[in-house]
Amino acid sequence: MIVLAIESSCDETSVSISKDGKTVLSNVVYSQIELHQSFGGVVPEIASREHIKRITVIFEKAFVEAGVAKEDIDLVAVTKGPGLIGSLLVGINAAKAFAFAYDVPIVGVHHLAGHIYANQIEEEMEFPLVALVVSGGHTELILMKDHYAFEKLGETHDDAVGEAYDKVARVLGLGYPGGPIIDKLAKEGTPEYPMPHIRTKGVYDFSYSGLKSHVINFLNRKKMKNESVDEKNMAASFQEAAIRHLITQSENAVRDYDAKMFIVAGGVAANSHLRDEVAKKFPHVKVSVPPFKYCTDNAAMMGIAAYYQYKKNKTADAMDLNGYSRLKLA
Amino acid sequence: MKTVIHVENLEETAKLAETVASYAKPGFVLCLAGDLGAGKTTFTQFLGASMGIEETINSPTFTIMKVYDHSLPLYHIDAYRLEGQTGDFELEEYIHGDGVAVIEWYRNIEEYLPAEYLSIEFKWIGETKRQCTIEGSGPYAEIAKTLSN
Repeated sequence: MIVLAIESSCDETSVSISKDGKTVLSNVVYSQIELHQSFGGVVPEIASREHIKRITVIFEKAFVEAGVAKEDIDLVAVTKGPGLIGSLLVGINAAKAFAFAYDVPIVGVHHLAGHIYANQIEEEMEFPLVALVVSGGHTELILMKDHYAFEKLGETHDDAVGEAYDKVARVLGLGYPGGPIIDKLAKEGTPEYPMPHIRTKGVYDFSYSGLKSHVINFLNRKKMKNESVDEKNMAASFQEAAIRHLITQSENAVRDYDAKMFIVAGGVAANSHLRDEVAKKFPHVKVSVPPFKYCTDNAAMMGIAAYYQYKKNKTADAMDLNGYSRLKLA
Repeated sequence: MKTVIHVENLEETAKLAETVASYAKPGFVLCLAGDLGAGKTTFTQFLGASMGIEETINSPTFTIMKVYDHSLPLYHIDAYRLEGQTGDFELEEYIHGDGVAVIEWYRNIEEYLPAEYLSIEFKWIGETKRQCTIEGSGPYAEIAKTLSN
């Protein structure tokens, strides 16, 4: 089965063609990140306009790179949410147009299912599986007992981990996106600033607003006293606390559910400290972290997820398929 | 009508949110201001809980808006990323809609807001202590007055 997949939920426009939920034939990604950098974050208006400008070119490129004819497509997959509504709709309408013109079934896929299935590209999934989904908008622990069966174990009470990185970077005056910048600085510093112990209601839940506020208040107090703060050490201290919280809650879930496999998904999976810690802290289970190119938003992962979704549900969506800013995976 | 009050801890913050929630009805607009970490999302969580929403209400920064479907829906909007932007944000149907609109960082989209709303600005005083500047125009003036007691 050859799947055409489209992803446009935030600031990446991407089209991919894949085969049988395994082989990626093409994965063209256009990132708008530079456009949004001067604004300190993604600007929805600009994002949707850029998606419209780029999508047809990316579409054609994906077919050329895959060496596949349009008539060969068996299924069209598109991200239906969560994401920026204006951005999502660009991809959804492109997918609908293709599905209508070539008379192929269309399926709307949850963005996080895509991030989880990015791991399937290189490593076969084993169940029960615990997935840590971490990005600018999400911080969740998901349990899977079988393909395409998701159960949410816990989520953030407040800020997503990637969002905390962005906001701390902004207060430190470091720019956007905060994740890679703090990650890089942290490597040159030592975690010597004290950070608060993070408390949550459940052992699989997360909370980042307390850590974020702690850093902001600490910086404000230092500023008032005219004392300087070592940026590198602050980045290292924040990063150490932020990642430790992810590891602790993940360890709880992997242990309690007797997981055979632990996977990390989403943009924050590109964080070097998280990758190092994951490699060290889970010696008894199979660990999978997607390659860098499949960590950030891309259509290849959506195509892989779509294959398993279609295989399991055996139904396609109707042409009234819509996009959602907030959407439950489980 | 402008009034300044202090909340000493999370319990008092929850109480304030509960009182605000008692005025909630379709079309109600609550604007929240304050620095990062001032407690805008925390206040919204208390407000949502008082409205009977059981789901986790977390930060809408990434998607700009999160919708909580409920007998009285909650539209949780965050204009943090809309600073310096102009354009059609398509928020009108939510702000003037069938539910309660809570708008964080509302000053970034002030010109797109209705003339009348309730606003609360949070200022960090201590770990859980906040100064709240409450302002209401039109029918919201009466609510602001009640909240000062």
